[in-house]
Amino acid sequence: MIEVLFYILSTITLGTALLTIFSRNPIHSAIYLVICFFSIAGHYLLLNAQFLAIVHVIVYSGAIMILMLFTIMLMNLNKEHEKHKPKLIIIAATIAFCLVALVLLAALLKTKPVVESYYNSGTDFQSIKVLGQVLLNEYMVPFEFASVLLLVAMIGAVLISKKEKQKA
Amino acid sequence: MEHILKEIGVETYLYLSALLFSIGVFGILLRRNAIIMFMSIEIMLNAVNLLLVAFSTFHQDASGQVFVFFSMAVAAAEVAVGLAILVSIFRNLGSIDIDNLKNLKG
Amino acid sequence: METSFVLLLLLAPFVGFLSNIFFGKQLGKTGSGVLGTLAVVVSFFVSCYFFSQVSGSKQPINVHLFDWISLGKFSINFDILLDQLSLLWLLFVTGIGSLIHIYSISYMHDDENIHKFFAYLNLFIFFMITLVVGSNLLIMFIGWEGVGLCSYLLIGFWHKNQEYNDAAKKAFIMNRIGDLGFLIGIFIIGYLFNTLDFNVIKQAVLTGSNPEVAGWLSIATLCLFIGASGKSAQIPLYTWLPDAMAGPTPVSALIHAATMVTAGIFMITRLNFLFDLTPDVQNIIAVVGAITSLVAASIGLVQNDIKKVLAYSTVSQLGLMFLALGLGAYEVAVFHVITHAFFKACLFLGSGSVIHALHGEQDMRRMGGLKGAMKVTFLTFLLATLAISGIPPFAGFFSKDEILMVAFHENKVLWVIAAVASIMTAFYMFRLLYLTFFKEFRGTEEQKHHLHESPMLITFPLMVLGVLSVVGGAISLPGNSWLNHYLEPIFAHAPHEAHHLGTTEYMLMAFAVVGALIGIGIAYSKYIKKSEVPAEDSEITGFAKVLYNKYYVDEAYMAVIVKPIYSLSKFLRDYIETGLSQIIFGFGAVADGLALQGKKLQNGNIGFYLFAFVFGLCSVVFYLFFLR
Repeated sequence: MIEVLFYILSTITLGTALLTIFSRNPIHSAIYLVICFFSIAGHYLLLNAQFLAIVHVIVYSGAIMILMLFTIMLMNLNKEHEKHKPKLIIIAATIAFCLVALVLLAALLKTKPVVESYYNSGTDFQSIKVLGQVLLNEYMVPFEFASVLLLVAMIGAVLISKKEKQKA
Repeated sequence: MEHILKEIGVETYLYLSALLFSIGVFGILLRRNAIIMFMSIEIMLNAVNLLLVAFSTFHQDASGQVFVFFSMAVAAAEVAVGLAILVSIFRNLGSIDIDNLKNLKG
Repeated sequence: METSFVLLLLLAPFVGFLSNIFFGKQLGKTGSGVLGTLAVVVSFFVSCYFFSQVSGSKQPINVHLFDWISLGKFSINFDILLDQLSLLWLLFVTGIGSLIHIYSISYMHDDENIHKFFAYLNLFIFFMITLVVGSNLLIMFIGWEGVGLCSYLLIGFWHKNQEYNDAAKKAFIMNRIGDLGFLIGIFIIGYLFNTLDFNVIKQAVLTGSNPEVAGWLSIATLCLFIGASGKSAQIPLYTWLPDAMAGPTPVSALIHAATMVTAGIFMITRLNFLFDLTPDVQNIIAVVGAITSLVAASIGLVQNDIKKVLAYSTVSQLGLMFLALGLGAYEVAVFHVITHAFFKACLFLGSGSVIHALHGEQDMRRMGGLKGAMKVTFLTFLLATLAISGIPPFAGFFSKDEILMVAFHENKVLWVIAAVASIMTAFYMFRLLYLTFFKEFRGTEEQKHHLHESPMLITFPLMVLGVLSVVGGAISLPGNSWLNHYLEPIFAHAPHEAHHLGTTEYMLMAFAVVGALIGIGIAYSKYIKKSEVPAEDSEITGFAKVLYNKYYVDEAYMAVIVKPIYSLSKFLRDYIETGLSQIIFGFGAVADGLALQGKKLQNGNIGFYLFAFVFGLCSVVFYLFFLR
């Protein structure tokens, strides 16, 4: 039962990812990507990582994708803008894709003997409560720095996208 | 309900992530639209995040999930700044086709 | 209080330099001269003030200006040490300096760059004061280098004449050779004692002698002596001083007779406690000094340029001072420095007055009979000549006599050399006097028509210096020496020997006077009785020609040192450097070619970069997982 669920989710993930990169309209791409992110959130739930699943949906589907959609609309990119790609690029990209996939899969296959079978000790390690404690004890400093990073990114984004004043 | 890792094992996640990552690479190489390239980058990031969560569960260690949390923060920051840059490029060049960005040439 | 006075002492000439170099043109010719003179006079008065303080309290004044270098345990402070020795030097540097400044106002009046001249003179005084009052070797070295620089600037003051430029360069380079020795000496002393401060070194030397130090110490003192011999024109580095007469006459008087060239003697006197520990080096100094005095005096016998004669006389007198230093009679050397400063400055200024009257003529064969026209100049010149020849009771007699006495007690051979040198001195000085002032005038009619006594500004310093040449000996009369008593705190050991005047001493005095009179007599019979005039350059033959050409030392240096260096440099330039540069160019060409190819990769296409990136990533993963 859970196995079937996993395969369905995986199919959706890979399929929408492919659709994302292939669809000619950027808006469609974004929609497909949202679906892809949701399916990944489903994977998180399967792995029993509820907190991350929620955060994932909020951050990616909620924040990042909305930002992207706004940008696309701001630039008026909903129509097909892209020029016709030369054949060479398509062939090269395909070869590169195959190469990366091959190399990664081969590497993973080669390391397979190292992976042991799963053993569940039954301890609670990923409930929101435990994660919160880990985050605010062990990872206190990086956590605070993440907030600084976000602040800096915010300032940077505002500064960069601000319209330059016309020189007098 | 049995645990998912007992049913299918952690290696399946490895293959899934590898494929997802490769699709991201493919997107980056294939498309010339900077926004789509951004999305491909997000796909790659998510492939890695997925694997991190899988192994975190496998080793029953919260650190992996904390790491994913930070990676999400970084991704959010990256997207914010990146999109700002794209907006300003679009304002200056009127397009976000990366073939038009050849100023790096020495 | 003392700090501000010290700053006034130091900075007055420096301010004079700055204002003359920047605003000299606006000040006008007399203005810049007066300003420059005032700057030095201020220093002179401050020196007088300090002198009265110290000679009253007998306590040296130590002024800490600021911490300069601090390296772990090794530290150098910018301190000023005003003790008996440095004050003595200060007095005559600023005193004679003031007189020569006054003199220059008139002497240089027709020069378009007079403000520059005064600027350099002020700068010189500033550096000379720095040299004298520094409380450690490094400050002394600053002054040492500074006066060398000023000497270079002033020798080449009339820089439109290439010969003068060459003379300036020669002086600078010769001095640099000596300075290198001085610097090495400073390094060794710093290494041995961990300090460069005179008082600390003195304490270290006096409290406990370090046996293993002695070898290094000899090298250090030898290096210091090399430095001194460069600055004070001793064999083998003396040849720059006669050529340095290319500079304006006041410069010759101030720098190349009275003050700068005595810096070497000052330095050795300052470090007498070190030289006392190394008798070998002292012997070298004594021998070098004696030989220098003889060689220079013999060259001086036949020179015809009035300033050249005086220059060789200066070298010779400096040789006598070094003889005294080498024999450990520092106070005698100091005494001779002072009297020499008086009469040699007077002689140079007198010769300047003569040259001024003759519109630049320096050849004694074209002079003669000037005593009628230039009474003051003649009189002061006569006094100074009597002083340098060692006729009692003039200043030079006492100081030279003391040197001879010390030499007689220590080493008879050196005494003979020194005695011969001083007889020669008497001869050539009177030769100079007779040729210049007696008999009839031998120059052109036009020059004769324009003969005139120099103006008051020139004759006033001459008169002051003339009087000092007469009475200067009073500071250290035999048997009752104020100077020896005054300088006592400076020396590690009690002054050489108390002068108990016995028969030997009176005999020696009598001998010295008779010797001087013989020299004068020869000159009289040759140039007054027989009315000889030195032959023209081409007619000089025999040994006189060797002397006239200064023993061909310059030519020998040319052949032995300069020429080989030239050919070595030529060889290095033509073969080694060409070869090396070919190799370097080869590397450059290869890099250039590679870069041209590599540049094509940098085509600015982001897509292409991404492909390269992905392939690189694949290669790394491939290597990590499959090839290792």
